[in-house]
Amino acid sequence: MSATRPRPSRIGDALAQVGACGLFLFQLIGAIPKSLRHIKETIRQVWFVGAMSLVIIMTCGLFVGMVLGLQLYDVLSRFGSAAMSGTVVALALYRELGPVVTALLFAGRAGTSITAEIGLMRATDQLAAMEMMAVDPLAYVATPRFLAGIVAMPLLVCVFNALAILGAHVVCVTWLGLDNGTFWSNMTTNVDVWTDVVNGVWKSAAFGAVVALIAVFQGYTTPPTSEGVAYATTRTVVFSSIAVLALDFVMTAFLT
Amino acid sequence: MAQRRSYQVGTGLFILLGFAALAYLATQTTSVANFRQGDTYTLKASFTNIGQLKLRSPVKLAGVRIGSVSAIELDPVKLQASVKLSIDRHYSELPDDSSAAIFTSGLLGDQYVGVQPGGSPDMFKDGDEFLLTQSSLQLEDLIGKFLVSGSPKPAEQDAAKPSADNHQKE
Amino acid sequence: MSAANAPERTDALVQVRGLSTELNGKTIFDRLDLDVPRGKITAIMGPSGTGKTTLLRHITGQLMPDAGEIRVDGHNVPTLARGELFDLREKIGYLFQNSALLTDFTVFENVAFPLRQHLKLPEEILRNIVLTKLQAVGLRGAAELMPSELSGGMARRVALARAIVRDPMLILYDEPFVGLDPIALNQILKLIRTLNDTLGITSILVAHEFAAVGRAADHVYLIAGGKVAAQGTPAELARGESDWTRQFFGGEADGPVPFQYPARDYAADLGFPPSGRTERAR
Ligand SMILES: Nc1ncnc2c1ncn2[C@@H]1O[C@H](COP(=O)(O)OP(=O)(O)OP(=O)(O)O)[C@@H](O)[C@H]1O
Ligand SMILES: [Mg+2]
Repeated sequence: MSATRPRPSRIGDALAQVGACGLFLFQLIGAIPKSLRHIKETIRQVWFVGAMSLVIIMTCGLFVGMVLGLQLYDVLSRFGSAAMSGTVVALALYRELGPVVTALLFAGRAGTSITAEIGLMRATDQLAAMEMMAVDPLAYVATPRFLAGIVAMPLLVCVFNALAILGAHVVCVTWLGLDNGTFWSNMTTNVDVWTDVVNGVWKSAAFGAVVALIAVFQGYTTPPTSEGVAYATTRTVVFSSIAVLALDFVMTAFLT
Repeated sequence: MAQRRSYQVGTGLFILLGFAALAYLATQTTSVANFRQGDTYTLKASFTNIGQLKLRSPVKLAGVRIGSVSAIELDPVKLQASVKLSIDRHYSELPDDSSAAIFTSGLLGDQYVGVQPGGSPDMFKDGDEFLLTQSSLQLEDLIGKFLVSGSPKPAEQDAAKPSADNHQKE
Repeated sequence: MSAANAPERTDALVQVRGLSTELNGKTIFDRLDLDVPRGKITAIMGPSGTGKTTLLRHITGQLMPDAGEIRVDGHNVPTLARGELFDLREKIGYLFQNSALLTDFTVFENVAFPLRQHLKLPEEILRNIVLTKLQAVGLRGAAELMPSELSGGMARRVALARAIVRDPMLILYDEPFVGLDPIALNQILKLIRTLNDTLGITSILVAHEFAAVGRAADHVYLIAGGKVAAQGTPAELARGESDWTRQFFGGEADGPVPFQYPARDYAADLGFPPSGRTERAR
């Protein structure tokens, strides 16, 4: 453990963190075979990072869908294209909003708890205790959470999108009186499974990996003090939000 | 171990829920939903301009969806777009002098093939071709013609009509 | 494994030679030599902050020394690859100074953890082993509690049960008696002795309670200033033949071991003009 605390405010330190985080990614990937022996731990973590985030994801999904429905119906009506509301909601969700908003929520809900948990395990010598019991904490603690992030995020995004579509439907059809058949048939004509839905799923998995990587890295390398854990938790949210948005741009630019 | 079991069951349920959501999105909100229509037969139509017509664009009769565009090719001889339409078997009673036209839903909306039923006693058979077609109406052309002639010629007025009808309906 | 690492039979299970360590510019060990005989209980004593915990961390490969050789069962720990180190650690039990229980798991699962991770035992047998060990530390009834529901002394005993659950060849106890009441202390003391007598387990015991150490240990090392300041049987040390032992076991503030952590002049630190007297600080 280094006694000097990382200060991300300095550019050099920030770069060093990025580098260390990248190396850590390789360590995590290297530990995957070993962590498969603790597959139950990964399952447990899918529960913690995934299922425990469901409520917030579902609530936010519903509201995001309703807001999108309202706004787009209003804007598209001006061009006589209110019928396209459902389509535009679906496309915006599947391609961008679903993965990005879910990733940001995921960073706040699951990422922080991963960082805080691992940071506290470091501070209370639990990671050292595992080392002493000949259990590699990288394979038992870090990698399962990383994998759980990759597995849970796409599922959460699908749930988020489904609820958002529902919310948009309620607003456009039930409240604003758009024809039900028009809402769906326009959507089904213009939304493609592969380029829209499945691409969104890949994107979500990548976001899940990035958020989980940063969360685990911050927790794993935090100075073992309560102050250190607090800083690390904040850094998880800040760094993973930036990383998600940057990666989103890169993936959108190169994959579509 | 009751604790561990319940995690596993809960995780299983969570994963199921996620996949259910994915299945819903994929089958109900995308073009996959349009493949459900089961038995179809194919009709052909040639257009001089298909505008923004795409694969899987709907085919409608009186505003009701009866099928979708299954192929778009360029006829190398006639230099026209040759479009194949898959029509649901439920709607097999189409007179063979019906016409097909490309319309736009709304001002900026998507394009679709609209079918106007004719009066012939004979019905279309699988593989038949529409003899009467009306190409996509280009907004630019229309505006251009207005500017040149002051008012649209009768033929163009006819062509513009169904589109206008449609506009109000949607 | 290379020939250099091949186990060589000596009666010392742990052999430390020329160990030197510096942490944050402070010399912790200065060419320390030390032997832990097989099947015996060796106590390590010394003033607080002298590096006892650090020594245990060196022996178990958690911390690499700057120089020196640490042979455990013939393997030179600082040169071991990670896999070999883990193999070695499977045969070592370690009691952390702060218990370090896994907060996610119940007491039962904490003690069962090393078994579950390394052995595929039938649930029935595993249960019996765990309950036996918990019984030995007097906490069988607490099996279903979470670590957060334990007192410090109870947590220490659970950690002890976890350290011995695989019947290791070597157990390192980092201050096992802290926070124990006299009854529990007696029981734990007896347990350490019994493990040693019946199973021939080698033990390294870091503790400050000389009375307890005197009853359990076969040999005592007193470490101060990065070196072995004195060693011998508890009885020999109790006779106090050197300044170190006299001060340490007599509990005097003045002597070769400074009570104060190295610091500036006390009066100056408090803002008074320097007095003639200075603290025994270097
Ligand atoms: N991670 C570290 N980084 C820097 N210095 C450290 C670190 N860990 C311990 N030290 C220093 O090493 C010295 C020895 O610490 P250690 O924990 O081994 O003492 P100890 O003998 O176990 O004391 P106690 O009896 O109080 O437990 C202390 O002076 C401490 O300041
Ligand atoms: Mg200590």
